[in-house]
Amino acid sequence: MIEFTIWDILRNLLLATRWTIVLSLVSFVGGGMIGLVLLFLRLSRRKWARALAKYYIELFQGTPLLMQLFIAFFGLGLFGIDVPAWLAAGLALILWTAAFLGEIWRGCVEAIAKGQWEASASLGMGRLQQMRHVILPQAMRIAVPPTVGFSVQVIKGTALTSIIGFVELSKAGTVVTNATFQPFTVYGLVALIYFALCWPLSKSSQILERKLNVAHRNH
Amino acid sequence: MSLIEITDVRKSYGTNEVLKGINLNVEPGEVVAVIGKSGSGKSTLLRCVNGLETISKGSISVAGAQLMNDEVHLKALRLKVGMIFQQFNLFPHLTVGGNVMLSQMVVKKTPKPNAEAMARKMLERVGLSEKFDAYPDQLSGGQQQRVAIARALAMQPIALLCDEITSALDPELVAEVLAVVRELAAEGMTLVMVTHEMKFARDVCSRVVFMHEGRVHEIGPPGEVFANPKTPELKQFLGMH
Amino acid sequence: MNYHFEFGWLFEYYPQIVKGIAITIELIAVGAVAGILLGIVCAWVRALGPAWLKPVVAAYVELIRNTPFLIQLFFIFFGLPSLGVQLSELQAANLAMVVNLGAYSSEIIRAGIQATPRGQFEAGASLAMSPFETFRHVVLVPSLQRIWPALSSQVVIVMLGSAVVSQIAAEDLTFAANFIQSRTFRAFEAYIVSTVVYLMLAILLRQVLVMVGWAIFPRGAAQ
Repeated sequence: MIEFTIWDILRNLLLATRWTIVLSLVSFVGGGMIGLVLLFLRLSRRKWARALAKYYIELFQGTPLLMQLFIAFFGLGLFGIDVPAWLAAGLALILWTAAFLGEIWRGCVEAIAKGQWEASASLGMGRLQQMRHVILPQAMRIAVPPTVGFSVQVIKGTALTSIIGFVELSKAGTVVTNATFQPFTVYGLVALIYFALCWPLSKSSQILERKLNVAHRNH
Repeated sequence: MSLIEITDVRKSYGTNEVLKGINLNVEPGEVVAVIGKSGSGKSTLLRCVNGLETISKGSISVAGAQLMNDEVHLKALRLKVGMIFQQFNLFPHLTVGGNVMLSQMVVKKTPKPNAEAMARKMLERVGLSEKFDAYPDQLSGGQQQRVAIARALAMQPIALLCDEITSALDPELVAEVLAVVRELAAEGMTLVMVTHEMKFARDVCSRVVFMHEGRVHEIGPPGEVFANPKTPELKQFLGMH
Repeated sequence: MNYHFEFGWLFEYYPQIVKGIAITIELIAVGAVAGILLGIVCAWVRALGPAWLKPVVAAYVELIRNTPFLIQLFFIFFGLPSLGVQLSELQAANLAMVVNLGAYSSEIIRAGIQATPRGQFEAGASLAMSPFETFRHVVLVPSLQRIWPALSSQVVIVMLGSAVVSQIAAEDLTFAANFIQSRTFRAFEAYIVSTVVYLMLAILLRQVLVMVGWAIFPRGAAQ
């Protein structure tokens, strides 16, 4: 039997961590773009657009991410495409992230006082101009902390893609465990690597939020 | 021996000394009004007597119970003095009756029927017996403050501390609260009250304490203090030039 | 797309689905009750508890909130036996959910405690209640009421997250779906059906939590 040192284990896990990071970035950026579309639909004056965004968000927030991954994985297969795990993983995570970011950002836009809408309307601005020049610049400031905070959920969400066979940190943990028979050490290390990725983001989200609160109090 | 003995009490927040050596004795049955500008330390003094603020130096005792900073001593002290706050501080999740019964049952382990009987009696005393099952947010400010008084009385304290208890009330509600306090005074309850109601202080109190910059600046019976203020600070405070 | 949808298997396999639903409900019921209790204890420690315990609880909360539930589950089920703690699939799933929700709910509840007006603590103290008695009888219920919507959302999130317990072969709803797809090769339909069931469970759970709120908080404004 081959002996594995902690270093062997850690090296293998860290190599797989690259894919956790890549998938997180892809999901976050892609989800952010679709989330922005959802935000505009949600704030639209057309009823069908608002309803569409609302049901989209409720569907993705009301069902398990794991099911979304399964459906992406097996559903795409129905089109006769031989679906690689990374494609299903990326697609499902992007759609899932979009739902949450869209909802978070809507909350931020709604936190902007009604007077801002009225003032900009009284200056003759159209709906898009109001958004572009008055509302979004203010909403973006308060959106930063919860958005950074949600990135932690995205990183943790990527762990589920191991279940449909995408090889990232969690999958590597299982593979290495099966080779070493040291689940305590391996999963302990996997947890620590996730912690190292997530904790700085959680912390900065908290600090940003505190700064924002202080800034608001000083107004 | 006095009921409340405050001896050389000092209190600082950082480098800011807000009480600079207070000496004050309150006899049983006395009604003492503490007056002064905001920032003179009058509320802080009252809060120290109930152990809500820790004192930096000096000593406070109430009927032999020393103010010390451990739970056992604080509890013994607080069982002897009740406190009424400017903001009422009723418990929003409990009914009026529940507010008055809670501490009897939790602290004194009074059985529920006895606690309820006591609560009804005390609410009767403040004229709110019909509000037993109401929630605080269904009451006016004046009614809430009267419930707060009943709640403190239900613990059967030997003295009550009143911290600007009418300051948060609409003017038309002040009278009903003061009427209750007046009655307590007539029944012989020992009261120390920080107040801005000068007329009430003159009518009801046995002594008036004027605090200025963390010290007892002038003290005496209301007739003397209000009619013949000795110091320019008190004269200015009373609006006499 | 030449796919022919086929749901006929539902008649044969519905007992598996029902059993899976029952286990998912059992998991979230135990997880929610024990998790919120743990959250209350941890929130008390962090807001008002003894100084030496605070860093311990803070470390637990941060560790759980910054690692995936799946890894927590694997660590408990596969890792703990090497410390001599052997748990069944369901016990491990239950424990993982309690530990997970405990950490999240403690942060939410702590926010509720910190929003308590100072006068409430002072009123409790002035009535000779100890700090713990004040917390228990005066502060706790209004604090929970303040954050009940956020706490309810977190419970729903944990329920949906429980789908991964199928990975340690705890026989929940997702496990049933996996089982059915492996027998019928009707993966897409099996997952669509279970997704719909999850969605209904989420909606139902939210309603139940609203009603639990009515029961715990008879009325009275949270300040």
